[in-house]
Amino acid sequence: MLENKPNVFTSLRIWFHRWGSPPWLYQMSGTLLPWLAVLTAALILTGTVWGLAFAPEDARQGNSFRIIYLHVPVSFLALAGYYIMALAGCIGLVWRMKVAFWALRAAAPIGAALTFIALATGSIWGKPTWGTWWEWDARITSMLILFFLYLGVMALANAYQNRDSGNRAASMLAIVGMVNIPIIYKSVDWWNTLHQGASLKLTSAPTIHGSMLYPLLIMIAGFYLFYALLLLLNLRCEILTHERNSRWLQDLLRVKG
Amino acid sequence: MNILLATFHREWQLAWRNLADAVNPVAFFLMVIALVPLGTGTDKTLLAAIAPGILWVAALLASLLSVDMLFRRDYDDSTLEQYLLLPDCLYGIVWIKVLVHWLFSGLPLVLISPLLGMMLSLPPVAMPVLMLSLALGTISLSLIGAIGAALTVSLRRGGLLIAVIVLPLYIPVLIFGASATAQAAGGIFPAGQLAILGACALFALGLSPLVVMAGLKNALES
Repeated sequence: MLENKPNVFTSLRIWFHRWGSPPWLYQMSGTLLPWLAVLTAALILTGTVWGLAFAPEDARQGNSFRIIYLHVPVSFLALAGYYIMALAGCIGLVWRMKVAFWALRAAAPIGAALTFIALATGSIWGKPTWGTWWEWDARITSMLILFFLYLGVMALANAYQNRDSGNRAASMLAIVGMVNIPIIYKSVDWWNTLHQGASLKLTSAPTIHGSMLYPLLIMIAGFYLFYALLLLLNLRCEILTHERNSRWLQDLLRVKG
Repeated sequence: MNILLATFHREWQLAWRNLADAVNPVAFFLMVIALVPLGTGTDKTLLAAIAPGILWVAALLASLLSVDMLFRRDYDDSTLEQYLLLPDCLYGIVWIKVLVHWLFSGLPLVLISPLLGMMLSLPPVAMPVLMLSLALGTISLSLIGAIGAALTVSLRRGGLLIAVIVLPLYIPVLIFGASATAQAAGGIFPAGQLAILGACALFALGLSPLVVMAGLKNALES
C-alpha cells in the first residue's frame, strides 16, 4: 500500500512514462506548437534585426562578422543535437520506448542539416576574414566529422527493412558516437596544433562587447526553441506514420473532420 | 574456459582454410601503395614526406575491407545463434573472434609494412615505430570495425554502409598512428603517441565487445 502513496518519485515516473504514449505526446505537442512557434519567431526576429541592423560594426571584420548571429547558434545546436539524439536512443534501448526511437529518427536529419549549415556559414565567414573558403582548422574539421557521424546514423537507421531493428542499431551507433566524440575532438585538436602551429584562431578575437553579445544570446535562445519546434514537427510526422492504423488517431482525425 | 579454447581452435582452423581472406587485405595494401607514386610522381622527398600518412590511410582501408566478413559466415550458417545461446561466454567469444581475425588480417599488414615503407622512401629509423604503431592501431581498428560488422551483419548490402558508419570512429587512431610514424621519421621516439594508441586499444578491448554483443543480438531479432 505504501508504494501507491504519491511521492516525488512516483509522480516523476508517471510524468516520464507519459512521454512514451504517442496519443498524449501528439496532443500535447499540438497545443504546444503554436506558442512555441510564436515565441521562436519573436526571438529570432528580434535577434536578427538587432544583430544585423543595430549592433555596432566590428572594428576589424566590419560587417562580415554579423554572420556570427547565424553561425554560432547553429553550431551550438549541431553538437547539442547529437547528444539529444544519442540520449533518445539510450532511453529507447533501456526503457524500450518506441517514441524515443522515433525521436532519434526525427533528430538525425535536423542535426545533419544544422551541421551542414554551420559548415557552410563558417566557410562563407572564412572567405572575407581568413581569405579562404576552407581551412583545416580543428573546429572545422571536428564539425565535418560530426557531419559524418550524423550521416552514419541516418544511413544505418534507413538500411534496415525492419524498422525496429534499424532503430536499435542506429541507437547503438549513436551511443558509440557519443562516447567517441570527446576522443575525436581531442585528437583533432592535438593533430591541428601539431601540424599547423597557431595560425588562425576564431576564439582569440577581442572579448565580445555587450551590444554585440545580447543579440547573440537572444539568437541562441531562439535557435534552441527553433530546434525544439523542428524536433516536435518531425516527431509528429513519425507518430502519424507509425500510428496511422491506430484507433486513437483515426478517432482524432474524425473529430477534426 | 573450454568453450573459449574450442572457439579459438575453430576460428583458427577456419582462418587457415580460408587463407585467401588473409591475402586480400595485404594485396589491397600493396596495390594502394603502388598507386601513390603513379599518381604523385616519384619525387623521393615528396614520397618520404607523405609516406606516414599514406601508409596509415591504406592500412586503415585494408583493415576496413576485411572486417565485413567477421561475422557474416557465422550469421549465414546460424553459428551465431548457437553463440548467443551462451550468454556467459559471449564476451569471450567475441573477443576471440576479433583477435583471430586480427591475427589473419591486421598482423600481415604490420609484417609487410616495412617493405612498403621502403618503397615510399620512408627513412629506415622509422620502420620499428611504423610496425609498432600499426600493430597497436590495427587492434583498435579491428575492434571498432567489429562494431560496424555486428550492426550490419543482417543486411545484404553491408560493405559500403560499414565504411560510412565506421570511418569517422577510426579518425583518432589514424591521427595518432600517422603522427607517431612521422615523428619517428624525424628522429624522435614518439612515446606519447604510442602510449595513446595503446590506451585506445585497451579501451576498445574492454568496451567494443559489449556493443558487438548487443548488435549481434539485434541482428538475430530482426
